[in-house]
Amino acid sequence: MPEQLVFAMEVFLNGLMAGVLYALVALGFVLIYKASGIFNFAQGVMALFAAMTLVGIQNGQIPFAPLINATLGTNAHFFGWNLPSAISLPLTVGVMILLAWAVQRFVFRHLVGQEPIILFMATIGLAYFLEGVADLMWGSEIKKLDFCLTAETCLPQGINLAIDEATYNWFGYGFFIDNLDITAAIVAVLLVGALVAFSQYTKHGRAMRAVADDHQAALSVGISLDFIWVLVWSVAGFVALVAGIMWGAKSGVQFSLSLIALKALPVLMLGGFTSIPGAIVGGLIIGVGEKLFEFAIGPMVGGATENWFAYVLALLFLVFRPQGLFGEKIIERV
Amino acid sequence: MNDMSNDSYVTEDGRTIGGVVMEMKNITLRFGGVKAITDISFDIREGEIRAIIGPNGAGKSSMLNVISGFYVPQEGEVWYKGRKRPPMKPYEVAQQGIARTFQNIALFEGMTVLDNVMTGRIRQMQAGLLSQALWRGKAEREEIENRAQVEKIIDFLEIQHIRKTPVGRLPYGLKKRVELARALAAEPSILLLDEPMAGMNVEEKEDMSRFILDVNDEFGTTIALIEHDMGVVMDLSDRVVVMDYGKKIGDGTPSEVRSNQAVIDAYLGVAHD
Repeated sequence: MPEQLVFAMEVFLNGLMAGVLYALVALGFVLIYKASGIFNFAQGVMALFAAMTLVGIQNGQIPFAPLINATLGTNAHFFGWNLPSAISLPLTVGVMILLAWAVQRFVFRHLVGQEPIILFMATIGLAYFLEGVADLMWGSEIKKLDFCLTAETCLPQGINLAIDEATYNWFGYGFFIDNLDITAAIVAVLLVGALVAFSQYTKHGRAMRAVADDHQAALSVGISLDFIWVLVWSVAGFVALVAGIMWGAKSGVQFSLSLIALKALPVLMLGGFTSIPGAIVGGLIIGVGEKLFEFAIGPMVGGATENWFAYVLALLFLVFRPQGLFGEKIIERV
Repeated sequence: MNDMSNDSYVTEDGRTIGGVVMEMKNITLRFGGVKAITDISFDIREGEIRAIIGPNGAGKSSMLNVISGFYVPQEGEVWYKGRKRPPMKPYEVAQQGIARTFQNIALFEGMTVLDNVMTGRIRQMQAGLLSQALWRGKAEREEIENRAQVEKIIDFLEIQHIRKTPVGRLPYGLKKRVELARALAAEPSILLLDEPMAGMNVEEKEDMSRFILDVNDEFGTTIALIEHDMGVVMDLSDRVVVMDYGKKIGDGTPSEVRSNQAVIDAYLGVAHD
């Protein structure tokens, strides 16, 4: 097999893996957009906030420590414990549910029936607010995220030797595939499967779809909109947490994490804002597309195409297929 | 017939009707300075088909929205099952067992007929979130039981052939029937139908009339409905409230209402027979 083709295959696989991570973020957007018509600009910051909370709890950081120290004149920073992720994970989920409740109670409950653009602006406000809170609560330094359920079972990192060996035997060239990426892909598949099953075969899943479809009808069968919205934000918060863990484990928990939300935008343009499968396929296409493009065309134009490729692709979709690959085509009946 | 006693009565076609389920006492509803409903009182009894009729803009739909909690009246009391009802959100009213349909149809267009009807069962399903998330124990059992109930209703309303069709693709008449199925799935104490036959052709109207009578007959469901079509109303209902300009001008059996001079003047006066 020609060498270039083998390289391309490795790039393709790595693209798929990167795409899974984009899809995870995009998924959070789709969930909230479908159920409430809100385009949640804060989804990326939610991932950041979730990851920081997880790390903070694990390392035994005292939340708002600088603030407390400044007001009380103390000098406390750590509780002095190190918790396994098996404990910090449920606690963080609890924090994300609390956040979902607060967002609904203090922001969107007062904006019911407003124009989509106003809801969108509110989420931009929320994004900056949350970023500030995250900074105040856990500090702004870059943190390493070791996700270990117990002391031994950690998120695997580094090259997958089995794939390396197998590909070496076949092609005479070992592929570098990160174990973390493989885990992320498996987790994403499980997560999507669980979400789809939940929305299809349970009462509240059905209620979520019902609210997304028609508010008045949902009320008339006894669904509380407030409750469903808190539920949807909680689920989106959980998805943000999963994305935050994967990205955080990959590149450290830092504020640039919130920018992955921007990469999710082209994914949504491709997949459509209302489709869960669309978010997945869109993520994969962007991931594979940008890696292959960089591999094939990058050297000719001086590289760094990964920064803009996704947006240009999204732009093309906006021009030729604005509803995305899987989005519902909007047909106004006259 | 118009007394407020709790005694049962026998209808014109020989069915025995039970006590009062719901009583509206001196309801007044205003939108800003406009009075939509002025001081209206009437009751709905168990097992009867109760109609609210009146010309356009008489306040019939407003009255239905008061019953289902979508509007809160400024004055008056709603009594339900012998208790005064505090101001409630529409979803709370629905959870108490008052199901409704809408004049302009409010279905979940993107969902299948089966899923739409299943949402009607939300009141009957009690499993907690965790149980649902894991799909173990109560959630699984409930899902299967309620699914069986829903299939019965789907059979009853003869919509088996479109069970898996997304509602958005159905013609108008069938949508109306699906909406009825969803309301019926809640096993309501009172079923509110907002113009169930609006916009239908003669054949569809006959079908719908038959289904309404069958539902009442088979499940003993109490039904309150609003309708324009006088002929239909007179055939279907046991008792009729007549509204005009937000006021009640008549209340009684179809034959009583037909011979009421105020009703004839306001509403039937144009008839040429």
